[in-house]
Amino acid sequence: MYQHTRLTNNNFTFFQKFRNFDYILLICILLLGFISLATMYSTDGGKILFHTKSHFTKLMVFTMMMLFISFINIKFWFSIGYLSYIVVVSLLVWTYFFGITSSGSKRWMDLYFINLQPSELMKIFIILCLAKYFHRMKLENVNSVYTILTSLIIILLPMGLVIVQPDLGTSVLIAVSGIAVLWFAGINHKYFIYTMLGFVISLPFVIAFLKPYQKLRVLTFLNPDKDPLGAGYQIIQSKIAVGSGGIFGKGFLKGTQSYLEFLPEKHTDFIFTLFSEEFGFVGSVVLLVIYIIIIYRIIAIGANSRSYFAKLFCYGFGAAIFVFITINMSMVLGLLPIVGSPLPIMSYGGSSMLATMIGFGIVMSARVHSQQLIA
Amino acid sequence: MINSSSDNVKKLNSINRRMFITGSLKFFIMVGIVSRLFFLQVKENKKYLTLSDKNRIREWKLAPVRGEFHDYFGNVIAGNFEAYQLHVIPEQVENFKYVIYRLKDLLELSDSEFKKVLKKKKEIKPWETLIVSNNLSWDKFSKINNHLYDLNGVKPVISISRNYPFEENFTHIIGYVSQANEQDIENTELIKKNFVPGLKVGKIGLEKSFEEKLIGTNDIERYEVNAYGRRISQLEFQKGKKGQTLKLTVDTEIQKLANELLKDKAGSICVMDIFTGEVIAMHSSPSFDPNLFVFGISQDNWQIIRNDPMKPLLNKTLQGRYSPGSTLKPIVALSALENGIINTNFTVRCTGKTELYDQTYHCWKKEGHGYVSLRNAMKMSCDTYFYEIARKLGVDKLSETAKKFGLGKKVFDNLFEIEKDGLIPNTQWKKNALGKGWLLGETIITGIGQGYIQTTPIQLCLMTAQIANGGYKIYPKIVIDDKDKIKPSDYYTPLYKNSKNIRIIQDAMFGSTNEVMGTSYRSRIDNPKYQFAGKTGTAQVKKITERERELDLKTSEIPYEQRDHALYIAYGPYVNPRYALSIVVEHGGNGSTTAAPMAKRLFKLIIDRHEMRQSINQKKYLEI
Repeated sequence: MYQHTRLTNNNFTFFQKFRNFDYILLICILLLGFISLATMYSTDGGKILFHTKSHFTKLMVFTMMMLFISFINIKFWFSIGYLSYIVVVSLLVWTYFFGITSSGSKRWMDLYFINLQPSELMKIFIILCLAKYFHRMKLENVNSVYTILTSLIIILLPMGLVIVQPDLGTSVLIAVSGIAVLWFAGINHKYFIYTMLGFVISLPFVIAFLKPYQKLRVLTFLNPDKDPLGAGYQIIQSKIAVGSGGIFGKGFLKGTQSYLEFLPEKHTDFIFTLFSEEFGFVGSVVLLVIYIIIIYRIIAIGANSRSYFAKLFCYGFGAAIFVFITINMSMVLGLLPIVGSPLPIMSYGGSSMLATMIGFGIVMSARVHSQQLIA
Repeated sequence: MINSSSDNVKKLNSINRRMFITGSLKFFIMVGIVSRLFFLQVKENKKYLTLSDKNRIREWKLAPVRGEFHDYFGNVIAGNFEAYQLHVIPEQVENFKYVIYRLKDLLELSDSEFKKVLKKKKEIKPWETLIVSNNLSWDKFSKINNHLYDLNGVKPVISISRNYPFEENFTHIIGYVSQANEQDIENTELIKKNFVPGLKVGKIGLEKSFEEKLIGTNDIERYEVNAYGRRISQLEFQKGKKGQTLKLTVDTEIQKLANELLKDKAGSICVMDIFTGEVIAMHSSPSFDPNLFVFGISQDNWQIIRNDPMKPLLNKTLQGRYSPGSTLKPIVALSALENGIINTNFTVRCTGKTELYDQTYHCWKKEGHGYVSLRNAMKMSCDTYFYEIARKLGVDKLSETAKKFGLGKKVFDNLFEIEKDGLIPNTQWKKNALGKGWLLGETIITGIGQGYIQTTPIQLCLMTAQIANGGYKIYPKIVIDDKDKIKPSDYYTPLYKNSKNIRIIQDAMFGSTNEVMGTSYRSRIDNPKYQFAGKTGTAQVKKITERERELDLKTSEIPYEQRDHALYIAYGPYVNPRYALSIVVEHGGNGSTTAAPMAKRLFKLIIDRHEMRQSINQKKYLEI
């Protein structure tokens, strides 16, 4: 094994680690945090109420946590790859039996100080687990039946546990996270193409098995005007809010659609709608640019990492974040049916932010320990 | 080691290649999202801005203030008053059940009224106004105001509503308003446009005919509302326009006298200016209080009006079709003169009855009038004389003259939708309508205004007016309207062939009223200022049998429905005439005893008020 001339990670001092930080990424994350806080303030009607306070606390705690994670050697994250996956799967099982039921689905577990949604955590830890799984694998083994089956099981197990909650949206996003890693790990193109084809062909059958409310969502997406006060309401109102924002928006705290409560779920899934109404096309593009910079930095960190694990994680996480963002935005812009999916960092919700911040932390750790090799 | 590192290189190549593919894919997706944003926010911005305003701005329309009706002297005969109402917007009430029961107690609502309110509540949307009570007494209104602290969401409202200060006096002219129903909304565009719950619209009479002028426009309040319809702030208040006030030609004092004269009788009185055609009074009796209808008439009151045998709902002046009886005689005589059938010297011997075509025709005077000339025949209303001239004249010529003078045709065109044409028969008509040939016997009874012939009291009034003014065409009117300034081209064209003939008829009518033996001699006024000329009429309701003729019963001995109608037409003053009138008293027995005395009282008042009426006119000219 060759010894690189550069310093080994173990010898890094605190300040050296600090110097290795990706400050562009950090600044973008903090900027996003600030924007999300301002938007949350707007959803509270221009007052510092519950959502703003709670969001602020979470933002503070989880940012500190992210920084803390950055200092932990990437090797550690490699070592707990499987363990963390197993822990989150157990949490999902626990939720299945003892979870809190709210608005018809059992997604949360009561941790006394916080209601945790393990399915959100799974979006990140599945990447970690699969990155570890493929880290040492030879390229010719990647496409073996055994590998593919194992990785499919790793993906399908949590998916199944989330679907029964029931939460189709999150389970799809978990699958996307997992599949992203499989893709980067080098699984043959044709599998993806076949899967896609198979999915398209089986779509009508899948729809037949959907729960009535899910079916309604799909149908409503296809024609929201059919039932403008019922199921189509969310899509229509969201489009009205975004569209009425115009180029420069209605101004901070002046979004009538949200202020007058026409917008549904404006704290969570539809936060982008509110932002877009108040800050317009220009504001929305700026927000998109911030997200793009974050994703770009994540990929850059991956590209500069020496270890395959870190690369795989960064690429996978970058792709997952991208998908989360685009699915959420497409949904509120009426391009996709309404599936519950939060906008990372912007949306109110502790578990989602916790998961995203852990992801950012690991990416940052990969940056700080970019020269670390993992055997 | 080398193996592993070469594998690593392969793996890196693979992951980088795939990263590149992913990157390009991301690029296209991003472009997609940005273009969607562009589409919604820049291209379609206007559409969504409108939709967003539609979302957040809601309009509340308030009932428009209805235009008034004034009489000739500017007295309000249909106006507006402030009604105390109680409104509830169900959505704004936290505990609707509690509030509504509390209101039931406070307003002492009966169970049926209470049920009506609950039913109404179900029919409206939760943010719409529920009118719990629309005309509260001041006592109850202040009681509610004292309990408002306890009645969250209840709104005491002072609303403008219709009021008819002269109650039953003008009902048959102006009609009444009531809650607009679906038909009203569908039929009239302006009602649809201005509709608010509780809007009152004209249901009959001039209130209906002039709906579009009277209705006015809504006040509009624009509010910003939230998704649940709660008002957040008022954005705008747009004051509506009050409906147009209409001035009528009627004189309230004369109208009131007409009402008083016909009290407890069924019938009609109308008075007309013989030159301008202005209707001074037009009353149909019995009438009813239109105020009862404004807030919806109660079932009990409705039954009373509906089941009244004297038919208050029928406008007898315009809808009542009566045989004119002897009041037709001036026209029969005029027609005979005009057509050269007779001259003033033509004489007939009346023996009380005459045999024509195997039928016996009776004169009202059993013992007969002896030899009668035209003037005496008119004066004493000799039937035999008119049988004879009608026979000579023929029905077609008679009907021509009658129609010329306004009989058998709507007087007000389409102003009153209930107005009836009446019927002036001729041979052609009978062939078309009944498919039978005209019988000569029918001509004979038409000569005394019996048989098929049917006229409305307003037609008789117009006929009299046109005889009184010297035989010139006039167009009666009741509303003083801008468009009246343009007179029809045939206004005041002569209706006679020879004006001498008109004067002969006028003179005969003078004799009928002012000379001994005249049928209305007892009702005469000797003072030339008030002196009037008239013609009585007694219209048979059914054919008199021989037996009844022998019995010769007094009016009071005959059942009400079988008594003759009493009619009277007149104009005055005789020198320089100005006003004409027609009086019909259903089952009044006899024109000379029942109807003619009413004319006496009417002319006194009409002529007394003439100067006042003129002075109003003068003033109007001075102002211009």
